[in-house]
Amino acid sequence: MLTIETHKEDNHDLLVIQGEIDASNSVILDQKMQELTESGSKSILVDGSGLEYISSAGLGVFMSYLEDFQEEGITLKIFALSPRVFEVFKILGLDQLIDIYESKKAALEA
Amino acid sequence: MKYQLKIYCKTTALADLRSFLQTTLNELKLSDKDRHQLTLAVEEVCANLIIHSHQCNGSDQIKLEVKESPDKLIFEITDKGKAFNLLDYEVPDLKKVISEKRKGGLGIILVKTIMDEIEFESNKGKNTCRLIKWF
Repeated sequence: MLTIETHKEDNHDLLVIQGEIDASNSVILDQKMQELTESGSKSILVDGSGLEYISSAGLGVFMSYLEDFQEEGITLKIFALSPRVFEVFKILGLDQLIDIYESKKAALEA
Repeated sequence: MKYQLKIYCKTTALADLRSFLQTTLNELKLSDKDRHQLTLAVEEVCANLIIHSHQCNGSDQIKLEVKESPDKLIFEITDKGKAFNLLDYEVPDLKKVISEKRKGGLGIILVKTIMDEIEFESNKGKNTCRLIKWF
């Protein structure tokens, strides 16, 4: 099961993920990211506290936006990942490429 | 001990695969981190087979067996699709994956990093991929 909700908070777009992302549903994450990009978002904050599992299909979605975001000055921050999910980001070295924070507060203050 | 599961070649079956692996690995008293990573590696291989070797043909099947021995766990994945030998693929450079906006390639990095050994054989249309984790 996967649900992804987006809502505005000050100048940020919050993307709240609940559940598991795999090859069967990563397209949902892609669509949400695409919608935010097209709506002119300049700051995307991903709430990963409810993300129980993510396979390469989901990680690939985040990665596919990195270059465009850099060129267009869009910031992407992920916060509150569980240790086991964070570990997967680390295996790939994605923790060096994506700003990942312990909490929403830390992400906002950075 | 041996545990076994058959799934149909559709991506929605990946949730069943995870559920089977979580239950099985739980019985084997593995840590939360190991359970999570081994599940991920096995799923990556199966997702690859479902999508690339079987084009999500829901009537095809993949069989997974988990074999336990004192010092290692073997995940044996068999199918009858187009042979996909992980060993033929080098671990791609992450920066290249990003600049080429390739969504594939990451799975191979995960499998090769998480597992200690990978074996592959193809015989009379039957492919067997063995993912081995030493403890």
